[in-house]
Amino acid sequence: MTYLPKPKLHHPSLQRNAVGFTRRDYEGAISTLCAGCGHDSISAAIIQACWELDVQPHRVAKISGIGCSSKTPTYFLSASHGFNAVHGRMPSVLTGANLANRELLYLGISGDGDSASIGIGQFVHAIRRGVDMVYIVENNGVYGLTKGQFSATADQGSKSKKGAINTDVPVDMVGMALQLGASFVARSFSGDKHQLVPLLKAAMTHKGAAFVDVISPCVAFNNHEGSTKSYDYVREHNHALCRMDFISPRAEITVDYPPGEVREVRQHDGSVLRLRKLPESHDTGDRVAAMNYLHACQARGEIVTGLLYVDPEAPDLHAHFDTVQAPLNTLGERELCPGSATLAKINASLR
Amino acid sequence: MNPIAASNDFVVKFANINGSGSASANELFAKCILRMGVPVGPRNIFPSNIQGLPTWYEVRVSEAGWLGRRGGYDLLVAMNPQTWDADVKGLAPGGYLFYDNSKPLPKFKFRDDVTTIGVPLTDIANHAWDDARQRQLFKNIMYIGALSVLLGIERDVIVALIGEQYKGKQALLDPNVHALDLGREYASQHLPPIGLKIERRDNVGDRIFVDGNSAAALGMVYGGATVCAWYPITPSSSLAEAFQKYCAKLRVDPETGKHRYAIVQAEDEIASIGIVTGAGWNGARAFTATSGPGISLMNEIIGLAYFAEIPVTLVDVQRGGPSTGMPTRTQQADVTFCAHASHGDTRHALLFPEDPHECFEFAALALDLADRLQTPVFVLSDLDIGMNHRLCKPFQWDDARHYDRGKVLTAEELEAGKPFGRYRDVDGDGIPWRTYPGTHPTRGSFFTRGTSKNADAKYSEKGEDYVENVQRLQRKLDTAKALLPQPVLHRAPHPARHGAIHFGSTSPSMAEAIAKLDADGMHIDALRVRGFPFADSVREFIDSHDEVFVVEQNRDGQLRSLLIEQFEIDPARLIPILHFDGTPITARFIAKAIGERMGKAEVMPMRGGKVA
Repeated sequence: MTYLPKPKLHHPSLQRNAVGFTRRDYEGAISTLCAGCGHDSISAAIIQACWELDVQPHRVAKISGIGCSSKTPTYFLSASHGFNAVHGRMPSVLTGANLANRELLYLGISGDGDSASIGIGQFVHAIRRGVDMVYIVENNGVYGLTKGQFSATADQGSKSKKGAINTDVPVDMVGMALQLGASFVARSFSGDKHQLVPLLKAAMTHKGAAFVDVISPCVAFNNHEGSTKSYDYVREHNHALCRMDFISPRAEITVDYPPGEVREVRQHDGSVLRLRKLPESHDTGDRVAAMNYLHACQARGEIVTGLLYVDPEAPDLHAHFDTVQAPLNTLGERELCPGSATLAKINASLR
Repeated sequence: MNPIAASNDFVVKFANINGSGSASANELFAKCILRMGVPVGPRNIFPSNIQGLPTWYEVRVSEAGWLGRRGGYDLLVAMNPQTWDADVKGLAPGGYLFYDNSKPLPKFKFRDDVTTIGVPLTDIANHAWDDARQRQLFKNIMYIGALSVLLGIERDVIVALIGEQYKGKQALLDPNVHALDLGREYASQHLPPIGLKIERRDNVGDRIFVDGNSAAALGMVYGGATVCAWYPITPSSSLAEAFQKYCAKLRVDPETGKHRYAIVQAEDEIASIGIVTGAGWNGARAFTATSGPGISLMNEIIGLAYFAEIPVTLVDVQRGGPSTGMPTRTQQADVTFCAHASHGDTRHALLFPEDPHECFEFAALALDLADRLQTPVFVLSDLDIGMNHRLCKPFQWDDARHYDRGKVLTAEELEAGKPFGRYRDVDGDGIPWRTYPGTHPTRGSFFTRGTSKNADAKYSEKGEDYVENVQRLQRKLDTAKALLPQPVLHRAPHPARHGAIHFGSTSPSMAEAIAKLDADGMHIDALRVRGFPFADSVREFIDSHDEVFVVEQNRDGQLRSLLIEQFEIDPARLIPILHFDGTPITARFIAKAIGERMGKAEVMPMRGGKVA
């Protein structure tokens, strides 16, 4: 990887979005990951999605755990606050941050080691609670920073670079997210930008717990023959459930599709998810159907990608808690302190 | 053996079965005495169990106002056959054994040197009620009734208290008063007077009667905590539950009915501290309440919050450790652990409340200190304070007080070009400036991490950056010394060459022990420390005494270790006085241990040849 810093100056002709930023304004420091790492493609997709969505970069909080994936928040959105927490604990730190200020966009960046092993409990409970976030797992089936041990998402029978065969049953985080009540569940592939960018845009505009599993091959330790998370293997076995266009609330709808060929899901912010080539039998609003579809593909040895499930009306954790609209971190003594007169009454009740 | 005769100075012990509804009846007993103007210090001694195991409630009645556990008991209310033998054995000679004599007991079950008072509680209850649960519950109120006659507790006082408890619930009020009168009637007609008496005084004043966990929870409400994350663990669970209860009353937007708080019962303590850390990072005041095993689990994130400099407030209601230890017993045994929680070089600010009044005060203060210092702050309470009602000064709040949110750059300051580097020591106090996420479109963003970084929060593996950072952290904790509550000095009436250092829940027993020793001609100055790192005046106190006793409720002399560590003083000068069997320390224990040592010291040459 290059060690040269990125130039700060941008070409004046770069296109600006509705909030006045160029795509480059959404970039971060130069990546220190291996050349060809799937994670860098995901970072690029996040940058693209945020730019296209006209997100204010400083209104994003990017929070991660530990591992290669968790290093990536440094490589996008340098104008956002970032928090590289401890291994497996991104979900709780993100939950707390979200409670403190409900107005920011929360990107939780994690990996399969971070989320499927050490942090699986926190993954489970953050999803259960319906924290309003985009939970991205950059899933490569392997521990990179510690040099190539299997992770809990490695398929049974897959081979490590050193030749060991994994005998453990894999954790399927997509299946778990569906079961745990995530209100937006998708899987994608870091090598398929056309699928990933609209999915991320949809997840970022979704209100509630959005889970996106992105298969992201590790070029250093898990891209060989016998791996089920290699570029070649995923390309060969990828089964895209449907194609999805993300249509922002401001966009004019110009293309007409014959009835029956597309289905549309309107999100709470007015954006529309237009699903094309969705199998007749599948309904993205049906959690049970999504689970069945996922398992059927799995049984056939296919890796299903695309938007599996979305509930555009799901309540989030703040709705469950019935918190005030103003971010809790903006409240001061006036709103929070009951004052001495009330305290005198409390004292009186304790005599 | 003459029966004990005492007025307003004795101990009553209730031996019950948990889950039998005795707790509220026993608390009623304690409150009645308070309402008669006589101070009481009650303590629950309970098992880690929901129903069926032995539980005890001790009420120390002390006109003089000694609220520590005295040790021993003069009147036993023996309602639990399982523990009868041991309970009867422990009764002071000349004491009184109050029991349910509905079923006859063999003579060997009794003692000759105590007065036996039998009341057929079960028979009376069975006659008065049909329902089994009611029979059980009202039996408790009946013994309160009988005791009130024996001890001279005024009926009006009890009836008024029952009335307050069941305000608007006439269906509960009437049978309770009826049960009370059944007990009183029996006692008046059948029982001779005894030597123990409650006599009306005016020694309670404006003090309040409350448990430390409720007090700390209320302190968190007043101090502006908006996020609480916790995992149930004895003896701290009632703190988070009290926070919930107070928030539901005091923190609801009057116009919209929406909540100005968020409380997460997390999946474990790791998530609890993670949530609190995330909220603190994002500018909300947040706390967790736990006990030692919870702190064990939280260590990694505590280290992160220390190193990344995130305000975090923790209340550790200490119990007996290590491991599961004694979940329902009290200790002060998490002191060194909390002072240095996490791997690596760390030091954390600790606050030591002595009673519920200080639990309230220190909870609110801890939130200010965490923001000011940008670091974890621990309130080290314990089971004795946390889960027992304690008579204490009323809660106080100054309406002119503002929350100290510490060094936070605003959007306006950033816009005006105020320089910002997250970990720069701009003011020389080791405390850097911070920004909240989302403040300014182009300025003030930074990356928070647990790995080494330079003063501008950029990832760095350079040794000099690391050293600069951790030395600044050390300076920051030195700054804390002046901000923490200062020690409280009690000077002996005569010049003393002995001192005693103590902290937290030891306070009432310490005060009583010192009075006892004074009366015996042994004079001691006492210093109650209220914060760690210690104030410089603690060093001065040690230096100005030949020998200093360090009184604490753990095996290893943990506060003493911290004193030695911080001041690098000769350990031989600090004499450990240690009590760690899980029961609250008593004045008798302290006075005996110190008295023996001082008695011996009188005939031994003193250190450095000095004599008084």
